[in-house]
Amino acid sequence: MDGARKLLRFLTCGSVDDGKSTLIGRLLYDSQLIFEDTLATLAKDSRKHGTTGEEIDLALLVDGLEAERQQGITIDVAYRFFATPRRSFIVADTPGHEQYTRNMATGASSASLAVILIDARKGVLTQTRRHSYICSLMGIRDIVVAVNKIDLVGFDEDVFDRIVGDYATFAAGLGFRSIVPIPLSARFGDNVTTRSGNTPWYHGPSLVEHLETVDVGQDLSARPFRFPVQWVNRPNLDFRGFAGTVAAGRIAPGDQVVVAASGKSSRVARIVTADGDLAAAEAGQAVTLTLEDEVDVARGDVLSTAADRPQVADQFAGHLLWMDEEAMLPGRSYMMRIGNVWTPCSVTSIRHRVDVNTLEEHAARRLSLNEIGFCNFSAGQQVPLDPYADNRATGAFILVDRFTNRTAGAGMVAFPLRRASNIHHEHFTVDKSARAALLGNAPLVLWFTGLSGSGKSTIANIAEQALHRAGRPTYTLDGDNVRHGLCRDLGFTAEDRVENIRRVGEVAKLFVDAGMIVLCSFISPFRAERRMVRDLLGPGEFVEVFVDTTIEACMARDPKGLYAKAQAGQIKNFTGIDSPYESPEAPELRIGTEGRTPAECAEEILVALRARGIAC
Amino acid sequence: MTTTSGKSRLTPHLARLEAESIGIIREVAASFRKPVMLYSIGKDSGVMVHLALKAFAPGKPPFPLMHIDTTWKFREMISFRDAMAKQVGMELLVHTNPEGIARGINPIDSGSALHTQVMKTEALKQALDKWGFDAAFGGARRDEEKSRAKERIFSFRGPGHTWDPRAQRPELWNLFNTRIRDGESIRVFPLSNWTEYDVWDYVLAEDIPVVPLYFAKPRPVVKRAGTWIMVDDDRLPLNPGEMPEMRMVRFRTLGCYPLSGAVESTAATLPEIIAEMRAAKTSERQGRLIDTDEEASMEKKKREGYF
Repeated sequence: MDGARKLLRFLTCGSVDDGKSTLIGRLLYDSQLIFEDTLATLAKDSRKHGTTGEEIDLALLVDGLEAERQQGITIDVAYRFFATPRRSFIVADTPGHEQYTRNMATGASSASLAVILIDARKGVLTQTRRHSYICSLMGIRDIVVAVNKIDLVGFDEDVFDRIVGDYATFAAGLGFRSIVPIPLSARFGDNVTTRSGNTPWYHGPSLVEHLETVDVGQDLSARPFRFPVQWVNRPNLDFRGFAGTVAAGRIAPGDQVVVAASGKSSRVARIVTADGDLAAAEAGQAVTLTLEDEVDVARGDVLSTAADRPQVADQFAGHLLWMDEEAMLPGRSYMMRIGNVWTPCSVTSIRHRVDVNTLEEHAARRLSLNEIGFCNFSAGQQVPLDPYADNRATGAFILVDRFTNRTAGAGMVAFPLRRASNIHHEHFTVDKSARAALLGNAPLVLWFTGLSGSGKSTIANIAEQALHRAGRPTYTLDGDNVRHGLCRDLGFTAEDRVENIRRVGEVAKLFVDAGMIVLCSFISPFRAERRMVRDLLGPGEFVEVFVDTTIEACMARDPKGLYAKAQAGQIKNFTGIDSPYESPEAPELRIGTEGRTPAECAEEILVALRARGIAC
Repeated sequence: MTTTSGKSRLTPHLARLEAESIGIIREVAASFRKPVMLYSIGKDSGVMVHLALKAFAPGKPPFPLMHIDTTWKFREMISFRDAMAKQVGMELLVHTNPEGIARGINPIDSGSALHTQVMKTEALKQALDKWGFDAAFGGARRDEEKSRAKERIFSFRGPGHTWDPRAQRPELWNLFNTRIRDGESIRVFPLSNWTEYDVWDYVLAEDIPVVPLYFAKPRPVVKRAGTWIMVDDDRLPLNPGEMPEMRMVRFRTLGCYPLSGAVESTAATLPEIIAEMRAAKTSERQGRLIDTDEEASMEKKKREGYF
């Protein structure tokens, strides 16, 4: 083997008919990585699913899922491997349709070069712009423009030149370092591995020649040292090492390092590996560091040089690509993973949404599947981060839905927000427990959730009267009442419902901090927002009361005549009619109301409070 | 079985693959309650265990090894397995599907599809449930097979260990989504980005012990369905007139012996194996009878919980 053989990870992007799967099939075929038995299977498949008549359909080599083969399209990212004597390659074959933007971004996230296919007959299209923008957004700096199906335009130099000119004009603002156009025919192999006699006017390299020699080195080793701690290795009392992969820079024993979040510093004692200690380690190496001093370091911490540290912030701005069927709503809480830290995170505002086809910026109140926005973020804790453009490892993050655990968003840090670094919490001596003690109270929130007309406010009202009579300090926040003041600017769209609950949650938290029992009656249809309020409060301070009345019973009661109006189409976004209600999965209390009086229901709550030691 | 100091210098390519795999293995140890490493005794498993030992040095990997024993593995595989576990000092769990044994399931009479379903897929699910593992390492590689090419490194499995190719989590950068709920689990493939060449190059560079069945030697075989099947014990019924003959053969992949086809070969050392592989015209899975059952059969098996 060639000892200097380096790996190149690249992606191919193009739409259904641009021939990208055919191109990868061609690369595998020409580098003789297709075995005889695979070829036999392929010949069988080509007759069944192929789109090339009697010829072998190379695209079927890579479209592996049954659904893809049946529909003749690429849905998911496929990773393919091939090697030439000069280099080995991992290709991410990504789908080009707009509905698979997330898959393309996935492939791009680990690639350092992109091959963008353009059909010579069609030229630069909307999809070409979209693919190029996503590559740019994901930090790819080197582009190959593969003008494919050049055979179908008679190997015409003018067609090629015109497409290359169009592309250069459009891509000028995307920050690419190199753009290499190559005329090729994936189906027949022209200019794929060797230069073709059909394009004598083309003097550049073949695709494979270019991929073998292109320098995409971002030279992460020359950047400031970053070491996200992945695992604290304590096999015995005498050894305490910090295991992880060097994300940037170099480190050697004796070098000073700083824990980014705490600012504590020490020096590297040893760089431990299974093959013995190293004299130095650089970006990409998985090692275990020991420090000279006993410094508090845990998974999630980032070790850096003292001179050039990552920013530490809980608020920052960045791009967000939304990947979930359920839209992203500002204010909703997600779990963020950045580096090795997991923390709650929400979008505080969408600065603008980017139209991936035109690159125009639009105002937006939500991000739907495959949409990209530039947003402000608020995290649950201070995290070390770098701009994504400086370091993918410390500037990339994902957002995960807190209920389904689906990977819902992919983010790239642009810059930390100043408010995070300059506003600190003031600590007052008279605190929540002091105020609660003075009032002789155990503060908490009784959160009544349920459909409109389920009886939330009625039951809360009776419960509050009983608490009041027993001398407990209470306050009620009611859905209808707050909308006359605190939340008068909000409507009933999903976005506004999230913001409504966020504000109420913050106010409830203040009342709890003041030592009071807070009764909140809100339809609060989404689990995510009820969870958000729960997270704002301390353990045991959030008591979720699910007022469980069927929609049929609520409609029969219809105390305000709202269901009748909603059914007549006079009220939009009405919960239970044209807006969903997500029932609590594990409420502290589930109160069935049908066949019972409100007083009986309220008594059930009081019994539960007494069990918590609250006299009432 | 011997191991040398392993001080060999890796190519930049192999060093990068090694570092990526070590990062993946550490991530599982840091993120899951109770991980386990599936050990199938083959070369890929051997590389995976070697990487795990490297990942936690100077400590030991904080998880056990587990072998799903169909009772039809080559005898040499079982003796190698036990010696290996003893040498590396990791706990080795072995599970066999007792219901399959009771029903008399075997690869010869039951057919490869049913045998694989009961003795591998079902047995694996039983074992994961029995010990309550929430993450399981497997040695699968993306270059092995088409549906594997789209597999995630951290592959989410729903309740009942089901795999839904349309509900796979997007996997960006190396920010793995390790969040699961009770009853759900993750299969982790640290060798996703390795090829068969890489595995053998690494075995050579790191001097990793492998089962002798990979090396050519005269072995008693019979010709079945165009491939050589080794008569490893007297459970393999011979057809009328069929006589085992001694042939110089070796195996490119190892599994249940009646389902593992041998190739005629004279490659008796690692460099000879690597040279032979580079000249090979057939893929390594070609010797595996279980994959050719039906088109997209791997995808189907995986949906049911196969590794």
